[in-house]
Amino acid sequence: MKPAPFRYHRPESLAHALELLSGLEDAKLIAGGQSLGPMMNMRLVQPAELIDLNSVPGLDLITEKDDFLEIGALARHHAVSNSSSVKTCCPLLAEAAGTIGHYAIRSRGTLGGSLAHADPAAQLPLVAATLGAQIVVNGKRGERRIAAKDFFVSMMSTALEPDEIVVCARFPKAAAGDRHAYLQFSRRTGDFAIVAVACTLQDRKLRIGVGGAEDKPLVLDGLNPAEEPDAIARKAREAVDPAENPRVPALYRKELVEVLVKRAVARCLTSN
Amino acid sequence: MLDFELTVNGQRYPVRAEPRKLLSDVLREDCRLTGTHVGCEHGVCGACTVLVDGKPSRACLIYAVQMQGHEVTTIEAVAKDGKLSPLQQALHEVHGLQCGFCTAGIVMTFEAYLKENPRPSEAEVREVLSGNLCRCTGYHNIVKAIIRVADEGSDATA
Repeated sequence: MKPAPFRYHRPESLAHALELLSGLEDAKLIAGGQSLGPMMNMRLVQPAELIDLNSVPGLDLITEKDDFLEIGALARHHAVSNSSSVKTCCPLLAEAAGTIGHYAIRSRGTLGGSLAHADPAAQLPLVAATLGAQIVVNGKRGERRIAAKDFFVSMMSTALEPDEIVVCARFPKAAAGDRHAYLQFSRRTGDFAIVAVACTLQDRKLRIGVGGAEDKPLVLDGLNPAEEPDAIARKAREAVDPAENPRVPALYRKELVEVLVKRAVARCLTSN
Repeated sequence: MLDFELTVNGQRYPVRAEPRKLLSDVLREDCRLTGTHVGCEHGVCGACTVLVDGKPSRACLIYAVQMQGHEVTTIEAVAKDGKLSPLQQALHEVHGLQCGFCTAGIVMTFEAYLKENPRPSEAEVREVLSGNLCRCTGYHNIVKAIIRVADEGSDATA
């Protein structure tokens, strides 16, 4: 349970980090290390070069703009879930970020790391997809803004090019009267969800994101909130196509999708 | 091998280690601070929890070399002049430990948490405690000890 040897780099600017990333063979970025650390300890990943982003200044800021809330890639989950800006502008994100792993994991893990890692059951990719966030990345070709629906490609695979770094994500701000719900099911507190459901009600339009069921978050858009939650839940169940897994049968995930969507929709319609 | 300096419990330690050496191993082997325990080495069990700049972190998911310029705090700094912190004293009094292997991680987690939320509900305590595995006590007395410290309203710092 010790990582394989690597060379360590600690850039102090984004420009230097980008230069290292495009110049070095077999390099990996590390931010909070809460997913990469275990993978390296188990030697599932053995990069030759490790580029530590923690000393790059200004990447952890949470900034309220006119149209969106911008959250730096190095913002820790605990900071995101407790930020008053996030609670006000993006309450779904604050709630979901507060359920990631455990307290110590949230204190260290970062928003950019979670998005780039793209675990199909993780909270932040699900929230980013459900809210239609933009992922801002920087690389050799300069800055790119990628819509969440294009960013997440499949299991742990994103639209990031090898020379690119996630710089921040931009989340649309919730309006007064918008409602949301976030529900997840896992066997133990802090485990990745078997199924997670994020739901927003904006302008009488219901949007449902489902995590954990497929290889990336699935978003069902333009649902009619006047429909019965039961009927919406059945639609969501029919829409997902989970892979068979010896420990979690596909049918079980479909059942969970139906139950969680029903509860999330009901909560959305009744909460303030 | 790299030469660097770590600040642990306010004291400076010169360290010579490979970049891949985990903070948990450097604390135990190089700094000779063996109060930080090593359990699962992949972030699940919480036994190696220390504070990095006051925030709870898994020492097994940090390379020691990353800690240059940061303050690391371990269980050795919690009791002051041989006097247990209120949290440690409460764990002692209500039998909040048996073998003690998980205790250092639990103490570090809650020394940080009680500063943030000095009066947590039992549900909040249990949620935070879910990040620290104990295989002896069934958690009951650990929760009791933490609630007792919170109820006393005493400052959980030593």
